[in-house]
Amino acid sequence: MSVLELETEVRAGARPGPRPQSRRLPGRSWHRWISPLVLVVAWQIASATGLLPTRLLAAPSTIAATALDLVRDGTLPTAIAVSLQRVLAGFAAGAVAGVGTALVAGLSRAGENAVDPIMQMLRALPFFGLIPLFILWFGIGETPKVLLVALAVSFPLYLNTFAGIRGVDGKLAEVARTLKLGRAQLVRHIVLPGALPQTLVGLRQSLGVAWLALIVAEQINADAGLGYMINDAREFLRTDVIVVGLLVYSALGLLTDALVRLLERRALTWRREFLSR
Amino acid sequence: MAARVPVQVSPPEVAASVRALTRRFGDRTVLDDLDLEIARGEFVALLGRSGSGKSTLLRALAGLDDEVEGGLAVGESVAVAFQEPRLVPWKRVRANVALGLARGDARARAEAALAEVGLTERADAWPLTLSGGEAQRASLARALVREPGLLLLDEPFSALDALTRITMHRLVLELWSAHRPAVLLVTHDVDEALLLADRVLVLDEGRIAHETAISLPRPRHRDHPDLVSLRTTLLAALGVSPEGTA
Repeated sequence: MSVLELETEVRAGARPGPRPQSRRLPGRSWHRWISPLVLVVAWQIASATGLLPTRLLAAPSTIAATALDLVRDGTLPTAIAVSLQRVLAGFAAGAVAGVGTALVAGLSRAGENAVDPIMQMLRALPFFGLIPLFILWFGIGETPKVLLVALAVSFPLYLNTFAGIRGVDGKLAEVARTLKLGRAQLVRHIVLPGALPQTLVGLRQSLGVAWLALIVAEQINADAGLGYMINDAREFLRTDVIVVGLLVYSALGLLTDALVRLLERRALTWRREFLSR
Repeated sequence: MAARVPVQVSPPEVAASVRALTRRFGDRTVLDDLDLEIARGEFVALLGRSGSGKSTLLRALAGLDDEVEGGLAVGESVAVAFQEPRLVPWKRVRANVALGLARGDARARAEAALAEVGLTERADAWPLTLSGGEAQRASLARALVREPGLLLLDEPFSALDALTRITMHRLVLELWSAHRPAVLLVTHDVDEALLLADRVLVLDEGRIAHETAISLPRPRHRDHPDLVSLRTTLLAALGVSPEGTA
């Protein structure tokens, strides 16, 4: 039984009296929009009546208008471009480091002994706590921000790729042996594709944490980017700009997540066709 | 393969030769000073109860066991079809068959092998979408495309339904007649052994306890009087008393 079917049954059971099970579940998904809409309307009313002062939180209508203004005058696109650049650079560096170390550790016992203890030690460090050191080492420019993102990204990718490599079915490795595959071919045809599903899980985790690391990094001494826009708005009590910045952060997070899911669907077709049978 | 297993190239008339092969797992001796010779093109069935060491012997011949002691000589090309087909799930059927072949004509050879096992139209399918019989055919194609001198079959039909199994028996005989590899078929199905093999061995406590040659022409009928009496003998060798007696 799928989760969806289970949900229908639970919901049906919550209603009084017996009810034929509805099969039009997707058509009823607008039900889920009701409560968020009610919340926004209540928020708008509270703002309009002065119950919720703009100093604490701007009205939804104000936020929408501000967003439009920020797009028109170029502030928001520029800020997004700067932040996106930081995330991309940090992500690229972190992905190379994370997957690279996972390959070293995953493909040989000696590599594991050399790399894994260090990675486990570093992983235990609260990486936001490294910010003061990063500032001392790299100043307040782009480097500490990009490095913080890279550091945050590398651990989920390392852990998942390493686990993925070690989780590859030993029976397939035996097949490779009977087919006389060399070590390079074993890695290319069996180990890496076998580790890919788990690596993609790591990719999703690491992109999530990449945005988080960026937000934290941009709180300190940024002179451009979304974090700067938000900090600047705080000085002038512009809660509308702050909320726009937060919404953009979450939209970018959702967007990258959707990209990974797209990638997953393309890379794991062999699994999808099996599941959808 | 481990250094302490002396591997010689077997003499031309022999596909595999095993001398004083011993395998211990801790205190348990699974293969005990076992001798076996398989002639070129010979179809040998290996019967035995669970835990008798059948699969251990097959794994040793396949070069998958580094800790056997004794002499083991197999020809250049050995191919294996396992009980579960063990297809690589992220490679389409054709790529599974072509895996490890030298580039160039790999694709053509894989397709020829798939045609031989009747899977041409499933060449582009993902392994997880195949039925049990189809997957086992693909696994056979992957073994045969290497033109092995010795084909090792590790209970390849035991998970198939009865009807599919009959079809697969015919297919294996066809392929064997066409390519003439030596075959070692590990099974615990006495009828399967009787229908297919030139020689049936019974493995017990790590040694070959019983050996029968069958010279009947194929295809064989399971009710043939020779096979009926052989069946009783083999079942007795396997420790099963004949039907109707206590």
